Amino acid sequence: MIAHAIFFYTFSLIAVISAIMVTVSKNTVHSVFFLILDFISISCLFIMIGAEFLGMIMLIVYVGAVAVLFLFVVMMLNVAQQKNQWFISTTSSKHIPVGIIISTLIFFELIIVIGGWKYKPDLFNSNNLDITSEVSNTHSLGQVLYTDYIHVFQISGMILLIAMIGAIVLTFRKREGVKKQSYIKQISRERSEGVEVLEVPSNKGVKIDD
Amino acid sequence: MEYLSIIFQEVYKILFLLIPVLVAVAMIVWLDRRVWAFVQKRQGPNVVGPFGLLQSLADALKYIFKEIIIPASSNKIIFILAPIITMTLALIAWAVIPFGEEQVLANINVGILYIFAVSSLGVYGIIMGGWASNSKYPFLGSIRSAAQMVSYEVSIGIIIINVLLCAGSLNLNDIVIAQKKIWFVIPLFPMFVIFFISALAETNRPPFDLPEAEAELVAGYQTEYSGMMYAMFWLGEYANILLMCALGSILFLGGWLSPIDLYPFNLIPSAIWLIFKILFLFILFALVKAIVPRYRYDQLMRLGWKIFLPLSLTYVVLTASYLYYFNLLPKI
Repeated sequence: MIAHAIFFYTFSLIAVISAIMVTVSKNTVHSVFFLILDFISISCLFIMIGAEFLGMIMLIVYVGAVAVLFLFVVMMLNVAQQKNQWFISTTSSKHIPVGIIISTLIFFELIIVIGGWKYKPDLFNSNNLDITSEVSNTHSLGQVLYTDYIHVFQISGMILLIAMIGAIVLTFRKREGVKKQSYIKQISRERSEGVEVLEVPSNKGVKIDD
Repeated sequence: MEYLSIIFQEVYKILFLLIPVLVAVAMIVWLDRRVWAFVQKRQGPNVVGPFGLLQSLADALKYIFKEIIIPASSNKIIFILAPIITMTLALIAWAVIPFGEEQVLANINVGILYIFAVSSLGVYGIIMGGWASNSKYPFLGSIRSAAQMVSYEVSIGIIIINVLLCAGSLNLNDIVIAQKKIWFVIPLFPMFVIFFISALAETNRPPFDLPEAEAELVAGYQTEYSGMMYAMFWLGEYANILLMCALGSILFLGGWLSPIDLYPFNLIPSAIWLIFKILFLFILFALVKAIVPRYRYDQLMRLGWKIFLPLSLTYVVLTASYLYYFNLLPKI
């Protein structure tokens, strides 16, 4: 148990410190790296409570894909040079009250959610949910996700798909005069249409239109 | 005392796996160069040691004694961290590779997800190296590789789902045992081909070595690195290639199972079979490097998103319906 406690406190300490560093660090790219560290230590905590599937999915989805895109965007925007000003400056602090209001809102929402969870024990009594050591948690998660919560699961997938399509539609624009390569055309080109042999009379030349 | 002995035992086991992997990486570099040379009718490295076998050791010595140059305008901590992360991630994934029924360091329930997660983290070493160098070519190379590795991970993930449908477990050992009747390469042959090509792209091997395309980007994310740090990137890259070969042989070629389950073949240790399969896949990797010219970037993205993704998704539907219709779904 001692080893378990040591690991737990190490990971949670890293998680908390890196979460603080995400907001405090002046370089935006460093913030993203701390966010990644946070994700990794959270997934370690998931693995420690026996939810190995969730931990691995957290690593794959958040660290392997989402945070890479974060980094991508942050690096491309070139905000690395802009130092985070509002943390230091005292004159322009209009957005600090807004931030405080939003964070208190989120804080109370979390309290309501966690409190409701605590006082509604029925939430745990799903029909097919049995937590035993024989069934691996991937299996039991699949049993619940694809039976009781199949509609919620499908709808959340649909929402993600719609979000993706929406993002593509919003940013897609057709530009005039852009040359595009058609692979089918490139592959199906033959010698007869590509090469033309001309008789060139001397001192006159030929006119080639292109 | 009890804790100490447990720790010593674990360290002993880890070293027993790690040292062979590192030696194998060094040897595989030699093999790669030899195969590449033979295809092009050259000799390749053949001077140091018998058949040039010690060439990699000589190279390693050279790298160790070279000076490590850290660019003045680079982000020093991340610059140093990048090769370390690349190499560590390439090595920790070997913990779950089964070399036999019992010969596995960590026989965890979600082994395949672990390998997938670790290989998807591999992109960070490259991005960090490219960004921290604070120079144009490394940055362009790292941006390219980020996009490339994220895109091809998607198709590798879906191919893995195909195999999991047939095996019914996320444990690598169970996946191998599920292939006792028939190796998955036979029913899932198209997926094997796509997996192989995606693995080439995932490990930045030619023809998909755009992150380090020397004609356009000097050497991509490695441009500013020198000495031991460059060697660590290099080792990490080859350890990743070996890992992909191991994953391919476990998912499709029956892992440590012997191809013929008869008397004289049963005596050969299972680890040897796995090593043979890894070597077979690696030689294919090396041949591809020698034969195929480099892709253009837009062709690479098109191949990943418009061809491999729909193809592997369709195959998931096909496999699932076939298994369901003929009642072949694995019982858990």
